Amino acid sequence: MRALNLKLIRNLWKLKGQVLAIAVVIASGVAVLVMSLSSLQALQQTATAYYERQRFADVFATVKRAPRRLVNQISTLPGVRSVEDRIKQMATLSIDGFEEPVIGQLVSIPEQGEPLLNNLVLRSGRLVSLDHPDEVVLNEPFAEAHDLQPGDQLKALMNGHQRSLTVVGIALSPEFIYTMGPGALMPDDKRFGVMWMGREALAAAYDLEGAFNEVSLGLLHDSSPEQIIVKLDRLLETYGSHGAIARKNQISNWFLMNEIEQLKTMSTILPTIFLAVAAFLGNMVMSRLIATDRSEIGLMKAFGYSNWQVAWHYTKMVMAMCGVGIVLGWLLGAWLGRVNTEIYADLFRFPLLIFRPDPGVFAIGAAVSLIAALAGSLGAVRHAATLPPAEAMSPPAPPMYRSSRFYQSRFGLWLDQPTRIILRQIMRSPWRSLLTSIGIALSVSVMVMALQWIDAIEQIIEVQFHQTQRQDMTVGLVESQSDQTLREIRRLPGVLAAEPMRSKSADLKAGHLSHRGGIEGVTDNPQLQRIYDARGEVVSIPPEGLILSTRLAEKLDVQIGDSVWVEVLEGKQPKALIPVVSLFETYMGMPAYMHIHAFNRLMGERASLEAINLLVDKNQLTQLYRSLKSLPKVSAVTLKDAAVEEFNDTMAEMLMVYISFFAAFACALGFGVVYNSTRIALSERGRELATLRVLGFHSGEISYILLGEAALLILVGLPLGCLMGHGLGWLMTNAMNTELFRIPLVIKAATDATAVLVTLGATAFSAAVVRRRLDHLDLIAVLKTRE
Amino acid sequence: MSDSGPSAIPEITLQGQGLTKVYHTGSVDVHALRGVDLELREGELVVLLGPSGSGKSTLLNILGGLDSPSSGEVTFRDMRISADDESTLTRYRRDHVGFVFQFYNLIPSLTARENVSLVTEIANRSMDPAEALALVGLAERLDHFPAQLSGGEQQRVAIARAIAKRPDILLCDEPTGALDSQTGILVLEAIERVNQEMGTTTAVITHNSVIGEMADRVLHFADGHVANYQQNSLRKAAHELSW
Repeated sequence: MRALNLKLIRNLWKLKGQVLAIAVVIASGVAVLVMSLSSLQALQQTATAYYERQRFADVFATVKRAPRRLVNQISTLPGVRSVEDRIKQMATLSIDGFEEPVIGQLVSIPEQGEPLLNNLVLRSGRLVSLDHPDEVVLNEPFAEAHDLQPGDQLKALMNGHQRSLTVVGIALSPEFIYTMGPGALMPDDKRFGVMWMGREALAAAYDLEGAFNEVSLGLLHDSSPEQIIVKLDRLLETYGSHGAIARKNQISNWFLMNEIEQLKTMSTILPTIFLAVAAFLGNMVMSRLIATDRSEIGLMKAFGYSNWQVAWHYTKMVMAMCGVGIVLGWLLGAWLGRVNTEIYADLFRFPLLIFRPDPGVFAIGAAVSLIAALAGSLGAVRHAATLPPAEAMSPPAPPMYRSSRFYQSRFGLWLDQPTRIILRQIMRSPWRSLLTSIGIALSVSVMVMALQWIDAIEQIIEVQFHQTQRQDMTVGLVESQSDQTLREIRRLPGVLAAEPMRSKSADLKAGHLSHRGGIEGVTDNPQLQRIYDARGEVVSIPPEGLILSTRLAEKLDVQIGDSVWVEVLEGKQPKALIPVVSLFETYMGMPAYMHIHAFNRLMGERASLEAINLLVDKNQLTQLYRSLKSLPKVSAVTLKDAAVEEFNDTMAEMLMVYISFFAAFACALGFGVVYNSTRIALSERGRELATLRVLGFHSGEISYILLGEAALLILVGLPLGCLMGHGLGWLMTNAMNTELFRIPLVIKAATDATAVLVTLGATAFSAAVVRRRLDHLDLIAVLKTRE
Repeated sequence: MSDSGPSAIPEITLQGQGLTKVYHTGSVDVHALRGVDLELREGELVVLLGPSGSGKSTLLNILGGLDSPSSGEVTFRDMRISADDESTLTRYRRDHVGFVFQFYNLIPSLTARENVSLVTEIANRSMDPAEALALVGLAERLDHFPAQLSGGEQQRVAIARAIAKRPDILLCDEPTGALDSQTGILVLEAIERVNQEMGTTTAVITHNSVIGEMADRVLHFADGHVANYQQNSLRKAAHELSW
């Protein structure tokens, strides 16, 4: 091996602590990048494969009732490959040992053969058979939530009739990756479940023989769903269509895509931070290393090595340090990617998992970090290459310090000499000091950013569930009901208060912009479901006009005073131009509200309602549940406490993983920065510290000089980090702003404090490692040699 | 001391008995000291003379409490100091020993006065830093940083730093090694002055035999032991030396 390479390897070995500290930071960056990109790819590929294998439909449309002969007509629409007409109904279920009402989403499947679209993945048991109309197949999460297995029984109130159903199979479907009950914000597998039933059996139960109320379309590859939806809507208009939706708006898929979108954001912002820090650390280490290596550089040049060879020598050094980090990062990233993908796959219950990380992902990770590290050390390498040999071989001039009036001031005079050493050292290289503080700050900020998620979720729960929703439960009704239903419900045992709500799907249009969603009608001074602004103020409901969520107003590009063209997709399908009278900010969804009377007028209906909010006496819940389960008009019961709990559980599961990742990475950052800067300071100033030991200073006293400087820089870095963390949080909440969720930027003092403590812990650890070296300082060796 | 007469032999300040030091480097044992006995008496100035590698620095390090002998013991007045006890050694260095090094070893970020204060702040019988600097002729350079001082001036700051705590022993390792002769003599004058005016027991290591002429006694070092002693009947003044 060539002598220079040997020197390189020995140098690296001598610097192993620092090489490792840099490698850990680079590894963190590469790992986050590889993890995010590989799990992103895996989720996309898995979802696509799942969708394709099970023939997940491209367009969905719901109608009130349409004759089956229409299917032929639909299949002749240009671009349509296959059509599957189905019956979908809601039923109230009773499950032994579970008191609360459970909502079942009944979906038809052919009794014989496979469905053309939205095929099931059978997990156990079998599909339904022709001569047994009471057989059902359960969605796996629902079955698991209630520990139901093939052979078990459950009761259902279907179209006013109590039926006893037998579970014959457990299955999964691409259509119900996310299963959301009506009005729910999060999946709740205990209180909402999907069940598949034979087509003929379901048609008989709901008087829909020879008819369907839902149709799914599979499209040819090159056809556009939007054009087909227009034609389909026209075709279904007279059958009570709610308007067709493309796959991208299908609720389960929409949630899934939102998750994937968030992962994409993570894969860009975070690795950038880590690699920026790695570049900075590379610069710090290289420039100081070259400073201590200057006599060797002079010697190399005196022997006739060219500038280029010297530069290449140090470039190889950077690449070797980086290489260690890249390999570590690859391994860690591939493992984390797998873990992360499995967590998601588990959450989404994908029956298959494709995890084949693309070599390109690893190449990107390596290239990006290599470029960052090389860019970081470019200046130092160039300096080494251009150092004139004679100058390089002579010892550097003693560092120049300047006097300052500060030290003559009353406060200055009070400072002891070790403290003066610390302050002068910092002031002599303010840039280097600042960069160290910034490194610490980055560590804190990553932690703040990860932890602020908890605060944000708490805020969402507070506003969404505690301030806005004061009801204990929401009762969804089968179709629109008259005022009479409200009065009936008010008379049920345990009902303390009841408020009506209306809800219809609608297209909202402004100019060329449109949104397919819904409008809700509320009373003018709702006590149970108030509309709160994100600022915490109650939004009043004017007698006329639309109240839009700001996100919806943005999507439609309208402001107060503008008008929105509303096309209701249900009932008589009225269309009207309605002015926007008020805007409010909300964290979830993109709701639009109207006064319930105005809504009734718009619909051309007498006082009607689709849902009722209830305040109940908790002592009479059992009786109330029993009554609600027997009411045929009730299609859904959503309990607020259960919803909050479910929301918390789902979020907690995702967040814990996410936060632990980042806590680990933040620690790696904090450790890397402090270890490198103190370790290098030690090698630069070992002689000075040894002198002090000889003069009679204890090792604790000289530690004060070295670690005191680090502590001061850390002290500057901590508040700076909180500040940067708030900035980073802002960046992330903005980047994660989707149609489904707005993450509020809320950072509690406790979050800042936790982040600060975590970083302090990591830096204290690296300080302790350096402190051990200080205790073993070789006093004699440093005194003999000229630096 | 040489003129105080044989009737009043001063007390022994520092004594080394049977000192050996073996360094284990790889597979080779290097015997730096092979049984050295010596004593430094109150107020005398001793020069340890010898070529490089003769073990004189090792001896100075052991006497100064920077290193421990492999065998033998060092006694400062009635206290054994060769114990492997870091904090006793630190205490000894802090309270009783002043060091002057070949390369000055000043703290670059502190001014001359502050370099001296560094020591006076932790010692208990110290003098005013300005006074110590005046003693070595640097009263005018109090607020200069090391980078603003010449080599000789830096070495004199180092001497001021060593003597400001009024040590019992002043140990100087090649104090003129990095200086030209003219500057070297200025530094030796400072050492001489401290020795005579403050009565500090002083040991100077050098390979420059001329410096031996200013000592009470000269110990010739070779191969890890004291080859011979030389008692000067007459000490030359530092300014009379030349090389």
